[in-house]
Amino acid sequence: MRRLPFPALVALLAILTAVLFASSLLVGPSDIGLGDAFAALFGNEGVTTMVMREIRLPRAILGVCVGATLGLSGAVLQGWLRNPLADAGVLGIGSSAALGAVIAIVSGLAYASPLALPVSALAGAGLAAILVFALAGQGEGGNSLILAGVAVASLTSALTALTLNLSANPFATLEIVFWSMGSLGDRSLDHVYLALPFMAVGWLLLASVGRSLDAMTLGAETASSLGVRLAWVRAVILFATAAAVGGATAVTGVVGFVGLVVPHVLRPLVGSRPSRLMVASALGGATLLTMADLAVRLVLPSRDLKLGVVTAIVGAPFFFRLILHERRRSMR
Amino acid sequence: MKLSAHDLAVRVANRTILQTIDLTLEPGEFVGLIGPNGAGKSTLLRALAGALPYRGELTLDGRPLAGYSARERARRIGYLGQDRHVAWPLTVADVIGLGRIPYRAPLSRESDADRQAVARALRMTHLEDLASRQSDRLSGGEVARMLLARLIAQETPILLADEPIAGLDPAHQLATMQIFADMARAGHTVLASLHDLTLAGRWCDRLILLERGRIVVQGSPRAVLTPERIAETYDVEARFDSDADGLIVVPLRLIGQHRREVR
Repeated sequence: MRRLPFPALVALLAILTAVLFASSLLVGPSDIGLGDAFAALFGNEGVTTMVMREIRLPRAILGVCVGATLGLSGAVLQGWLRNPLADAGVLGIGSSAALGAVIAIVSGLAYASPLALPVSALAGAGLAAILVFALAGQGEGGNSLILAGVAVASLTSALTALTLNLSANPFATLEIVFWSMGSLGDRSLDHVYLALPFMAVGWLLLASVGRSLDAMTLGAETASSLGVRLAWVRAVILFATAAAVGGATAVTGVVGFVGLVVPHVLRPLVGSRPSRLMVASALGGATLLTMADLAVRLVLPSRDLKLGVVTAIVGAPFFFRLILHERRRSMR
Repeated sequence: MKLSAHDLAVRVANRTILQTIDLTLEPGEFVGLIGPNGAGKSTLLRALAGALPYRGELTLDGRPLAGYSARERARRIGYLGQDRHVAWPLTVADVIGLGRIPYRAPLSRESDADRQAVARALRMTHLEDLASRQSDRLSGGEVARMLLARLIAQETPILLADEPIAGLDPAHQLATMQIFADMARAGHTVLASLHDLTLAGRWCDRLILLERGRIVVQGSPRAVLTPERIAETYDVEARFDSDADGLIVVPLRLIGQHRREVR
């Protein structure tokens, strides 16, 4: 089978993302027609404009940006660690952001200001990155990074559990549980303004490591002989991931599987080149997350289905299929 | 380009692996690095590639190696490691193209020079027919040739190869030695660690014998490969013979310390 040329694949994914972004603007509880919706978005049509700009636009923007962040960071970490089962989760970024969020909820800070929770989650992600960096040391192997990440993830999960355990407020517990399921609902443009700069900085930094990831295909030693500065690239990946995924998690909560599944699905379509996979995975992540967020609103609109639940339910069986496919392939 | 080490010492994890290493590699030389397992051959190759912290002097054309940027170094010294694991199923041509990374600006497309280097490397290793094959569909020997082609495509004046013929059949062992010898004739410098003493003696211009982190002797194959020295460093008794093209060294039985341990 001939493979789709890379530029065509990127164009296709970009068009898909654009179409889904537009669809995301058109779906919601208030019934707004296609023409009215876009007229309201760019003009001033009173309530409709408010709905479009304050409710649907942030949601659609966050869907695309958060999805791109998760897909991109998954592709980068799989490439760097040479491990198809890696994603930002192995660095402990998500669970540390969750701890920050939990502390904001339990301490009551989250009720004082709508941005207190995301800021606290971002701080958690930043502290985690510093801790992982310090723990992993200067060793160049990927293992020290995974070990440090897993250690930090275990610690923060334990602290989250402890906080839940000791929390006297049942509403706080419920809130934490819902937050940890991830959602794009009821997010405002303030959330976009908070998260987007962190995500954008992360994207730009990650964009610089593509060639190093290609070199890592042949292992750290060979990569180093090809001029890759291992310690520098590793630090860039760690802090860029913390910024981007920390920013994303801070405003959406924990959304799993996107960073894991998207690179895995797209890898064969880009000839397995890690640098190309980064571009494809960013677009693929945006596509998948926006699709999942549309499903959340269309399938059970009255039940407040959570985004992270949908990505997990869609992602897990997809993974099963992939494993079976790999098994058949390796048996041939 | 001239790569030289003077009183070089390398410590890894607080253990001294190499000490008092003095050597110079001149353009046009194919040098064999021999010595028993654990003698420090791989460490020496990695240190010369600039991948390890060292003490003493290590200079490339008279300038300290540490003074070169990673990219400048990668355009001058190529390194072929023992690790033949390829993480993702890239095509053979794409893997070989990784050797061009030191020449490519960020986000640039591959240049004519890049394409020509890859084509030349494919030709030299006789991999043209496999160029678009995925690397996970290759035999072990084909992977070794692909990685050798990757080193060739890097077009560095100096090539360091760690056991490049391990695991290859006799024909491909000879073909690999031929490629290195040809590259040396063309002005490259080649240093390769080898365990086959006959091939080392017949193809290399010079041998360096390493034992317990020190250079025991270096010089022409006939000066380095003597029955006494092989018995001493390798603990084996070898049959020595020779013809017009050089020595034939066939290890026959264990002697000394080694023999008691094996029993």
